[in-house]
Amino acid sequence: MKIKLLAIAALGAFATACASTPPAEDTTPVEPPRSVEPADTGSNQPAGPVPGTTEHFVQTAGDRVFFDLDRNDLSAEGRETLRRQAAWLASYPDARILIAGNCDERGTREYNLALGARRANAARAYLVSQGVDPSRISTTSYGKERPSCTQSGERCWAINRNATTSIVGSSYTN
Amino acid sequence: MSRLIAVFTAVLASLAFAGLAVAQEPLRVDVTRGNLDPLPIALPDFVGSSDEAAARGADITRVVTNDLASSGLFAPVDQAAYIEDIENIDLRPRFSDWRVIDASALLVGSVTIQDDGRLVVAFRLWDTRLEEQLLGLQYRTAPENWRRVAHRVADEVYERLTGEEGYFNTRIVYVSEGRGSDGEPLRQLAWMDQDGANPSFLTDRSYMALLPNYSPNSQEITYVSFLDGQATTYLYDLETGRQEALFSSAMRQAGLNPDGQSLSARFSPDGERLAVSIQGRSGHDVHLFDLRTRNLTQLTQHPADDVEPSFAPDGQRIVFSSSRGGGSQLYTMNTNGTDVQRITFGDGIYTTPVWSPRGDLIAFTKQNGGTFSLGVVRADGSGIERILFEGYFVDTPAWSPNGRVLLFTRGEPRSDGTRYEIWSIDLAGFNLRRLATGGMASDPAWSPLIE
Repeated sequence: MKIKLLAIAALGAFATACASTPPAEDTTPVEPPRSVEPADTGSNQPAGPVPGTTEHFVQTAGDRVFFDLDRNDLSAEGRETLRRQAAWLASYPDARILIAGNCDERGTREYNLALGARRANAARAYLVSQGVDPSRISTTSYGKERPSCTQSGERCWAINRNATTSIVGSSYTN
Repeated sequence: MSRLIAVFTAVLASLAFAGLAVAQEPLRVDVTRGNLDPLPIALPDFVGSSDEAAARGADITRVVTNDLASSGLFAPVDQAAYIEDIENIDLRPRFSDWRVIDASALLVGSVTIQDDGRLVVAFRLWDTRLEEQLLGLQYRTAPENWRRVAHRVADEVYERLTGEEGYFNTRIVYVSEGRGSDGEPLRQLAWMDQDGANPSFLTDRSYMALLPNYSPNSQEITYVSFLDGQATTYLYDLETGRQEALFSSAMRQAGLNPDGQSLSARFSPDGERLAVSIQGRSGHDVHLFDLRTRNLTQLTQHPADDVEPSFAPDGQRIVFSSSRGGGSQLYTMNTNGTDVQRITFGDGIYTTPVWSPRGDLIAFTKQNGGTFSLGVVRADGSGIERILFEGYFVDTPAWSPNGRVLLFTRGEPRSDGTRYEIWSIDLAGFNLRRLATGGMASDPAWSPLIE
């Protein structure tokens, strides 16, 4: 329990590089393939992700929807992503998901924890409206504590204002 | 956790010397404007009857000097300028020797190590112009508590010269921030003495810990833990290290989602209740939790988020932030949820209200465009807000127990992201200082005075 505080001093700087333009960051394509036929995807692209996995979900549907500053209402683009998520989830009825709400660092800590929860709930409500069984969805908020882009600047902040869906516990994943 | 409570025996030393009756103003430091004209004070090393005692005496003087200087209200005079060599603190100092180096006050002290190893620390505070003793006290304590004694001495000097209670014999719990080997965010609770001494961690790296708050008896804290994957209010016993998630069963009983968020919980002044924001079906609402009956009572019902509740020191009102008016603003209400009054009206986002221990003011963070401010506003909403600090990022103000100083999280942009540190500033907006934490730090919680 009583670790000397010096141990953390050395950890100071740890830079994580950011990807190019806001929503089109690293593994999250803005315009992912429209195909939601898991069987086709699997057979036509043997080198691609295993159907039913989070990687497959990310590539097929897109795992993130983005929000404007201090907002929790979905954009047209966000609703489109969530419709693809709902279609994917219809194809994999055993999959359960966790939606995590995230915020940029330009807000105070508790306020952002609450704002992140609203973002996760907005995504959840839309998925439910698209026919996803609510019992398959859990939500959390990381506030501004788990940014995917750690640099300062609007480019990073836009990426970090999101609700990110991940596959948790299904027969396809462990 | 080792017990913090030092065993003190304070004895008023006999006032051996009568003050000279001179028609002159008594020595006084005005806390509201002292920083413009800090009081010069001489602090020769406390004398010791042995080499060991003398070394400890010098240690104590160093801590007292640092405490007083850190308040911004005192200007310790350089020891190299001292003329008189203090050898016996029971003899009258040669006041002219101290006046000539412009020391208005003189603190002399001694350390004796008893046969049983315990320390006896005695000190006298002098007004060099009136040639009058202002204080004479001695403490007896276990040798490992010498820092506590030094902070006590500094508190006594501060109180005698300002008329306000001191705040040096206190601890600070905070969040130590960093990144793990895989780049994952580390948020660990740590604590230390107010001056940065004796730091240690309270939680490990395996989960994020945020937003600590002290109980009025300083034996417990609440904090927000991600141990369960979701922001959850925990109670942490600083004596035993035992901790528990507070509300899960109460949330179930109250019809709330037991897996929903529960956030930063603040104690009522009597320590019997907590005010906390909990996620409901439509947004977050302020709730009251009775620590004895374990009952949760919902105080606000608005669909907008009501977060960050903080009790008034009289226990009669609660301040919180709410987005019910659009952007987040500050509101107060009775502890049964009635008589809600808005107290801020400016442009921007107002968050993190914390009621001053003196009762008259509420500290807040204001975000307006790209600027963050630390400010105070009168608790009744009258008058205009006063901004104490403006910068790139501000969060989580925490009052000193005497309500004269604020700690806060300050962020500054760096090439590898924002760097967070804890800074202090006094209520007059002077004496901006960085708190001596090891690395990146945030979310300070300031303990009450340790008895």
